[in-house]
Amino acid sequence: MTSIAFRTEKLAKVYGAGPTAVHALRGADLELPLGEMTVLLGHSGSGKSTLLNILGGLDRATSGKAYFGDLELTHLKDRELTRYRREHVGFVFQFYNLVPSLTARENVALVTEIARGPMPAEEALERVNLGARMDHFPAQMSGGEQQRVAIARAIAKRPRVLLCDEPTGALDIQTGVTVLEALTGVNNEMGTTTVIITHNAEIQRIAHRTLVMADGQIVSQEVNQNRVQPSEVSW
Amino acid sequence: MSMLDRKLVRDFRRLWAQGLAIGLVAAAGVMTLLLGVATYQSLFETRQAYYERYSFADIFASATRAPLGLMDRIEALPGVALASARIEQRAVLDIEGMDEPATGLILSIPDTGEALLNRLYLAEGRLPEAGHAGEAVVSQAFADAHGFRPGDELSAIMGGVKRSLTISGIVLSPEFIYSIGGSDILPDDKRFGIIWMRYSDAAASYDLTGAFNSVSLKLQRDAVVPGVIGALDDLLRPYGGQGAYDRSQQISDQFLSAELTQLQAMSYIMPPIFLGVAAFLLNMTLARLISLEREQIGLLKALGYGSGAIGWHYTKFALTIAALGTLIGWGFGAWAGRGMASLYAEFYKFPFLLFQDRPSSFLISGLAAMVAAVLGSLQAVRNVAALSPAVAMQPPAPPVYRRFFLDRLGWTRMFPQGLTMALRNLTRKPVRALLTVVGVSLSTGLLVTGLFTTDSLEYIIDATYFRTDRQHATISLALPVSASGVEAIMRLPGVMAVEPTRTIAVNLRNHLSSRRTALTGKPANPELSRVTDSDLEPVPLPQTGIALSSMLADILQARVGDMLTVELLDGSEKVIELPVTLIVTQFMGLGAYMEISELNRALGESDLANGVHLMLDEDRTETLYDEVKDLPMAAGLALQRKSLEMFRETIGENLGISMGIYIALAVLIVFGVVYNTMRIQLSERARELASLRILGFTRLEVSVILLTELAILTAVAIPLGCVLGYVMGIGMSEGFKSELFRFPLVISRASYTTAGLVVLAATIVSAAIVQRRVANLDMIAVLKTRE
Ligand SMILES: Nc1ncnc2c1ncn2[C@@H]1O[C@H](COP(=O)(O)OP(=O)(O)OP(=O)(O)O)[C@@H](O)[C@H]1O
Ligand SMILES: [Mg+2]
Repeated sequence: MTSIAFRTEKLAKVYGAGPTAVHALRGADLELPLGEMTVLLGHSGSGKSTLLNILGGLDRATSGKAYFGDLELTHLKDRELTRYRREHVGFVFQFYNLVPSLTARENVALVTEIARGPMPAEEALERVNLGARMDHFPAQMSGGEQQRVAIARAIAKRPRVLLCDEPTGALDIQTGVTVLEALTGVNNEMGTTTVIITHNAEIQRIAHRTLVMADGQIVSQEVNQNRVQPSEVSW
Repeated sequence: MSMLDRKLVRDFRRLWAQGLAIGLVAAAGVMTLLLGVATYQSLFETRQAYYERYSFADIFASATRAPLGLMDRIEALPGVALASARIEQRAVLDIEGMDEPATGLILSIPDTGEALLNRLYLAEGRLPEAGHAGEAVVSQAFADAHGFRPGDELSAIMGGVKRSLTISGIVLSPEFIYSIGGSDILPDDKRFGIIWMRYSDAAASYDLTGAFNSVSLKLQRDAVVPGVIGALDDLLRPYGGQGAYDRSQQISDQFLSAELTQLQAMSYIMPPIFLGVAAFLLNMTLARLISLEREQIGLLKALGYGSGAIGWHYTKFALTIAALGTLIGWGFGAWAGRGMASLYAEFYKFPFLLFQDRPSSFLISGLAAMVAAVLGSLQAVRNVAALSPAVAMQPPAPPVYRRFFLDRLGWTRMFPQGLTMALRNLTRKPVRALLTVVGVSLSTGLLVTGLFTTDSLEYIIDATYFRTDRQHATISLALPVSASGVEAIMRLPGVMAVEPTRTIAVNLRNHLSSRRTALTGKPANPELSRVTDSDLEPVPLPQTGIALSSMLADILQARVGDMLTVELLDGSEKVIELPVTLIVTQFMGLGAYMEISELNRALGESDLANGVHLMLDEDRTETLYDEVKDLPMAAGLALQRKSLEMFRETIGENLGISMGIYIALAVLIVFGVVYNTMRIQLSERARELASLRILGFTRLEVSVILLTELAILTAVAIPLGCVLGYVMGIGMSEGFKSELFRFPLVISRASYTTAGLVVLAATIVSAAIVQRRVANLDMIAVLKTRE
């Protein structure tokens, strides 16, 4: 394993065909070092989610290559992609996507049941400061709490990477901060390579690195010299 | 086309599979109702028309020998419109190309012209010509079984003399729409035929010139039936009158009436099941549709559409499905109706069948489907009305789950999450779960009742032929014989054992209830024709008193110890009192039994027999048959085992068809219920399931989670369905009960197993069809929208 977590070469994604085809990615190249937290910025429709979904094994590229370490994702079959997600990737989305019929603890246990060498569900919830609400159902929790359950569920299997698509998109500042604290905590303590998509440029101050996308390509890359704590961010 | 109608068309394109699944269930309801109503109507009307056109009599009676002069007095009885006298005798028939002898029922028609009552429908040839001795017409079923044409010949032992008869014509009679031999319990057209001859010809053979032994009456409209019967009995008593009876005890009519009752019972049971299930499925589907479309409904309301208009839109959706079901149901119903008609033509001999596609039955069945659709959409429409536009346009509150009792016990900690999810889903929507269980159990129950007919029939056959009446054959004798006569039969070739029996016509009375039946004398410990208790174990006949079959005991309201008044209908005018000493189990007919010498003593006669049961050496039956064909004293030969074989063939075929229908209908319900429940589940849980795929669950694991709930419901529904089947079986066995036969409630383990397996297989297939959609869950779409 190299020190690079993700690497892509001329990654392209086309939706549809013919005159109505949409080029969501047009040759995106990137390299993300292991253990880093990266923030991905860009206008709406620039291809951020598409890129993240391909890196996470949810979607397939039309052409180009994407690697997770030495593993070429762009070649994997459906079954292998499922295994890749199951073993290595944790996801956090804007709309939490919790199972409404399961409590917080059970939502996390859902993943620990199928993962290899997971941490106990309780520990994962403690890490996001939800030790007190383990037996609540999603409908009984606030948006921020639900998002933190989603993070606990994502990290419980000790994933190598954590991919977050607008994790604070549906939250107010204060709640957003608690979620970001949970993410930085995980990144610091467990060294999980983390990618965060956001529309909020302020958030890049907490990351090691910032990528900016436009029109399906990576247009700029910046390494952050002095990172700040989430609590110091405001928007 | 209005916008809402356009939406309706699009909804249909999207949901056509669900619509079709529900439509098919409704179609089954329409079809069974259409068939039930149409078949009932046509059978009822055909019978009525036949009876009227061919002057089927109202009252029947027979005697030993009454002078023709008595007819004037019979005709003069108050209430009698017409009376017709004739000769009725049994005869052993010898038919070329058939080893075993057949039994014929010889009936006379007047010397000139046609009979006044029970007129014949001439299918082929002509009636016997007066003065042409030896000419006869035969029943069509019998002729068909042998390929007889006018001009063919057969021999009959009539009055101890073998006569050759020439067939001049082939006929049908309203008396024998369903024809069954005297001592038989099953129809056998090859070995039982009805033969009509001119009066003088028959009278000469039986030494009955100037006399008759059978009479039929047509009543005036205002006649008092019991009064006429009593008066006729009084007139005939001195001549060995055997008790007059009306149509309700006329065998052929009895069978037809039993069939009509069964048809009616079926159209009360089946259509409501199917239409009820269809209504429930519509309700479920509409509820889901409305919850998916609440924002659109809110928008429509905000735009100024009234609750009524929107509710009507959803009702139209239900009505369209019902209309689809109605059309399919009508199509299949009309087609199956033709099949039913030809099936009836096989069993019941009508000269015509008034089976038409009746607008009324189409109307009734279509209306029933519409009513079911409206009932099914009622709740949905109410929900639409209750949605306020503002609330409707907000996303629905997230589903609230609660911990249920297993949670409180802490048990769920030990369950895999998939099971916990399934159990919580079930407790959150208990009504839907319950209705799904009801749907699947109904179909299991339906199958059990379908299969139970076979079990019950096998049980009856076993009880009748292998435990009770174990003889291979029975010779009925023209005149009673003494022990030496029985010994003569024992000496016939191929006869391995004989057992004498004495049968006389009696009228049994217990207080106000009375019944005309045959009283049979048997040895106290018979080897061949036995009587059995409720466990089908043979029991000896008591030395004194009378044994009654449980059905006869019910009719007479008699119990062991009761004193019965027994009127002997042999012309002796004797009346004796006998105690009921035993109740025996019997599934067909109304049997009454006595120890044979006790019966003879009561008759004031020495040991006589008028029938002999035989045990045969299977290898030497042919020589025996030849001898019986020439045996002067024989009036008939019943071959129980042969009849059984034949019965198994015909019945097996028909049971096969009806089994196929039951299975198809049950599978239809399972498919309708499971497919719709699963589609709705999938729609409600698509987001959750796609999230699981994102988390790295394989398709199989996700399917298992989706199917766990169904598995739980099926596991509950199938055993419940077996219980339901048992209960429905009780209903059916009660509904089918008649004086002719009783359907014991016997359901074999194999029937339960088969029913369970068929339902399970149908569930798995239906689920598999839906499950394929799990593969196409769009993971990415889920991420973009909030529910
Ligand atoms: N399933 C699809 N079919 C067609 N076009 C699509 C599909 N999914 C995404 N696109 C298009 O691809 C482009 C990139 O979409 P993507 O979701 O990656 O953008 P994004 O940068 O995440 O935007 P946002 O910030 O709004 O989430 C957009 O133009 C979008 O319209
Ligand atoms: Mg996006």
